[in-house]
Amino acid sequence: MAFNIVVCVKSTPSTTALAVDPSTGKAKTDGIQFGINPFDEYAVEEAVRLKERFPGAKTTALALGPESADGAVREAIARGMDAGAVAVLPGWEESPYAAAIGLAKAILKLHAESPVHLVLFGKSTNDMASGLVGALVAARLDWPAVISVKKIDALDEKEATVHRMMEDGVDVVKTALPAVIGTVKEINEPRLPSLKGKMAAKKAALKIFKDSDLGVAAEAAAAVKAVALEKLSPLPPRPAGVRVDGASPQDKAKKLVEILAERRVI
Amino acid sequence: MAKGTLAVLFPSRGILQPSAYEALAAGKTLAGPLGEPLDAAIIAGSKGAEFAKDVAARGPGRVHLIENPAFENFSDEAYAAPLKRLIEKEGYARVVVVSTINGRLLAARLSAALNAGIAADVWGLAAEGGRVTAKRSVYGGNLIGEFAFGSERQVMLIQPLSFERAQPQGSPGQVVTADSAPGAVRARFVSFEPQPAGEIDLGSAERVVSGGRGLGSADGFKMIRELAQVLGAAVGASRAVVDSGWIPYRHQVGLTGRTVRPKLYVACGISGQIQHLAGMSSAANIVAINTDPDCPMMKMASIAVPGDVNEIIPPLIAELKKRKGA
Repeated sequence: MAFNIVVCVKSTPSTTALAVDPSTGKAKTDGIQFGINPFDEYAVEEAVRLKERFPGAKTTALALGPESADGAVREAIARGMDAGAVAVLPGWEESPYAAAIGLAKAILKLHAESPVHLVLFGKSTNDMASGLVGALVAARLDWPAVISVKKIDALDEKEATVHRMMEDGVDVVKTALPAVIGTVKEINEPRLPSLKGKMAAKKAALKIFKDSDLGVAAEAAAAVKAVALEKLSPLPPRPAGVRVDGASPQDKAKKLVEILAERRVI
Repeated sequence: MAKGTLAVLFPSRGILQPSAYEALAAGKTLAGPLGEPLDAAIIAGSKGAEFAKDVAARGPGRVHLIENPAFENFSDEAYAAPLKRLIEKEGYARVVVVSTINGRLLAARLSAALNAGIAADVWGLAAEGGRVTAKRSVYGGNLIGEFAFGSERQVMLIQPLSFERAQPQGSPGQVVTADSAPGAVRARFVSFEPQPAGEIDLGSAERVVSGGRGLGSADGFKMIRELAQVLGAAVGASRAVVDSGWIPYRHQVGLTGRTVRPKLYVACGISGQIQHLAGMSSAANIVAINTDPDCPMMKMASIAVPGDVNEIIPPLIAELKKRKGA
């Protein structure tokens, strides 16, 4: 038996500098290019490295959202993954809660075809930025989860030893498989897509899961309204700053300390 | 109908972090306007009575103590099972957890187990007419998203340093012992290697001193560390210097690094790429020291100091030491 690895990817705007559309209260994305969420590149790269480490391993990129979510899946294939699937549930990608329900169902479909060992995620997304979907998918599947992983150490088909970056140091965790692993930037340095990969991405026949395939039609309304984005607003302007001038660095340092003391931040 | 708010607290490496008290204050911002009780649950492997007494003094009506040696090292799988039973038995509608790495895992398990809507890194909460909304930063911190909950139960992960730390007050809440049978654990803690001694965690730091390209070389971080030490601050860095290997990734502030929300952020030689600003723009006071007076960081700063960091920081350290000594 060979390793079967799924990487969940999301198609997101390639810039975070977006304006708010006052009529919808959502971000204006007309004319904005979408691509694979930058954090997902680390998860994709890790899957490709695992394939190099364990020849014969199979890697599948999975995205959820409108049909155009296939863009992120094809980018993952261009970066070296083998196959792709899209859970076509438009609107669900806006809510981490709903997205996790849909992704978990799609992973179960893939798992039924060929048992999955690892599901990899990026740290977060550059749009809704919850950093929750991996942990939620694990909870929905009732699989173990380790997030903030910077190294996948020993690995066999039953168990993985991983190092995770904590707020105060590094934990080593041993998890039974199948498991969900959330990655951080330190795990690797993603390679760029290769020409061969790009060709494969273009041609790849992706698996398409519809709501009827996933059996989620009945849950749809509740899943999407459990937490919904009501409105977006720009950041309030910061109060105008002061400039510290002085004849010498010593002079400036002294003035700065006086201001900090006045503001009671030191 | 589910009712009431439960703040979930647990020690980390045997210590109840001060940021845990922020879950109580956040819970109160909901319980107050909704006219509902605020209770707390504390999960610990040992010293449970001590933690429960501490938490009970800070405002909750009741504190459910869930203690079992199996809880000594954090496990979302072990912790979630007794919490789910408690929440269902007592009928709590809202659960508040601090947004740490472990908090995220635990909150996700509770959300799925209770079919409760969930929002992470929440820094603003409001309850009006029984309806709860949460504010959090989206699109790299460039926009503020307001999210409304539509599920009967809700789980909120609150961003550290966004709510006050509940202080001891009035008469203490009642401590009650809760069922503490752990859930089955498949992801097991093996070992822990702490950060170098004396390093303050960025995520819950009230003061942060960060260095960037303007330092000139990796050596500049000696000065940054000294300034941080004098200020009692955590050390941060821009992506550029982390990528150059001047300082480890754990210090990176910004979109691909950590998000900080300190009272004071000192940006030393950091021009302010949008990705960096995403991680620190909600700091209450931003000091920028930079040779380029027109860079984004200097424009955003509450206090802009034009000049070379290598010339300004040494006298700044001396001034701060003088004041400390005085």
